[in-house]
Amino acid sequence: MEHRISKAERFFVHLTLILFAVISVFPFFWLVSTSFKLPSDVFSSEIQLLPPHFTWDNYKYLLTMQNHLFLQWVWNSVLVALLTTFVGVFLAATSAYALSRFNFPGKRASLFSFLVTQMFPGAILIVPLYNIVKNLGLLNSYVGLVLAYTATALPFSVWMLKGYFDTIPYELEEAAKVDGMTTWGTFYRIALPLALPGIAVTAFFSFITAWNEFMFALTFMNKQELFTLPVGLRTFVFQFRTDWHYVSAGAVLITLPVLVFFVLAQRWLISGLTAGGTKG
Amino acid sequence: MKYIQAIKQNKVAYLFLLPAMLVMLCLVFIPLVQGIYYSLTNIDQYNMGNRFVKASYRFIGLQNYISIFSGEGFAEFSKVFRQTLIWTFVNVFFHFVIGLGLALLLNRHVRGRAIYRTLLLIPWAVPSFVSAFAWRWMFNGQYGFINLMLAKLGLQPIPWLSDPFWAMTAVIITNIWLGFPFMMVTMLGGLQSISKELYEAAYVDGANRIQQFFRITLPQLRPTIFVATLLGVIWTFNMFAVIYLITEGGPYNSTQILVTYAYNKAFSSWQLGEATTYGVIILSMLLAFSFFYTRLLKMEKEQ
Repeated sequence: MEHRISKAERFFVHLTLILFAVISVFPFFWLVSTSFKLPSDVFSSEIQLLPPHFTWDNYKYLLTMQNHLFLQWVWNSVLVALLTTFVGVFLAATSAYALSRFNFPGKRASLFSFLVTQMFPGAILIVPLYNIVKNLGLLNSYVGLVLAYTATALPFSVWMLKGYFDTIPYELEEAAKVDGMTTWGTFYRIALPLALPGIAVTAFFSFITAWNEFMFALTFMNKQELFTLPVGLRTFVFQFRTDWHYVSAGAVLITLPVLVFFVLAQRWLISGLTAGGTKG
Repeated sequence: MKYIQAIKQNKVAYLFLLPAMLVMLCLVFIPLVQGIYYSLTNIDQYNMGNRFVKASYRFIGLQNYISIFSGEGFAEFSKVFRQTLIWTFVNVFFHFVIGLGLALLLNRHVRGRAIYRTLLLIPWAVPSFVSAFAWRWMFNGQYGFINLMLAKLGLQPIPWLSDPFWAMTAVIITNIWLGFPFMMVTMLGGLQSISKELYEAAYVDGANRIQQFFRITLPQLRPTIFVATLLGVIWTFNMFAVIYLITEGGPYNSTQILVTYAYNKAFSSWQLGEATTYGVIILSMLLAFSFFYTRLLKMEKEQ
């Protein structure tokens, strides 16, 4: 049922898409450009889309700055995000499996309780959590952050993975059980490998949640060498004058790995997301 | 006895569920109850106690609620609440319109569709704090790209981050940019699940494309729209990082929304009791909204 599409219409469609694509890309492009500029060109009242005097100095400064603070922030963020991913994936996979494969009293209530937590504002949880973390002596410790992030990422991960498990037929696991495999065995040896794309999406989501989080990191960590990247980068943003050339270079270093991975894996990520998300 | 038997019969399922439930219980549900309790106390940084000193805050009933809903407290609350409503409504509206519009375009046979889609997803892929910094830089009054551009066009520069109205505009623009790709992806997923036969039948019946959009696309897309906008409202209402990193709520609290305001109450002025009261108010609003939104959808369906 192809409609006849006029030339004018095709032109309009492409124009709209190009316009929005430019808007989507431009802020990051501008950061990349700024990150290679000399300070004198950064703070200039001419628009210079490309750096007129290309320099690596801003990157050099970050990577060698006193006490290697920037690298320390990168390490803190990587460590916290990886730990969150491991704990989060384990918890999400086991509970999503239970919710997908078994019928038991309390199933609907637990599914609902995962959903309703989306509504809890950080504003109400952060004060008690701060108090708990403080009383356990976990301020300025990775553990407090990892726990908070795991709890943040978990509900969405469980819903997504449950949807994914639902799309995998149960027959294989039943057969394995008949052959005498334990439930843990069928889960670990059969269901988990089959759900690998779903697991990957969950892992990515947990990692990104931890990598991007700002509020808990701002509250729980108050030693400069323990900052995560968002909080650390913010220290370059001073009240009156910001070193935008350093901020830009830092931002590019942080974004590039995530962006490359995202572009390469996007097809896969989106199909995993919609498979889980729409089944609900 | 019945319960014990049920537990025994489903032992495996419960064991699989237990670790996640324990984490949610300790880190979400118990803190929630504790937060609600704090809202009924005079807790602050001095009486909250620590590992060595016993806590000494006390129960004060509804006093925190009364001070928020009367006098000066109410003036402040209604200002921030109004800003939160504008923030949420404008953001979700544009997320939806732009997201759906682009999804409709991408759902057609456009040449270069994959490239367009990848580029349009960039705002989603870039870490949100990086985007916040990028926009803050572009909104810079003196050297920011936007004002330089305006100057080039012979227009006056705009005091983006120092004027209340423009500061709100700036954070909203940033957040619209940040959020439309999620809506686009969700809508695209919804559009692709609509059966092509419906359109064929409509075409044979002579329905034009506007009729097809309102009679087929929108009704078929309704469940997707419902879930996506509900999540959109909740997430936008609770958005913290964008505002905090671009304007820190200023100038003169003009970009403060309820969550950033509550956060400042807690960790700048250390009025923890009042901060959690704000938390309870935010939560009640979101619960009420979700309840009525769900009802609305059900009622429409029955008609």
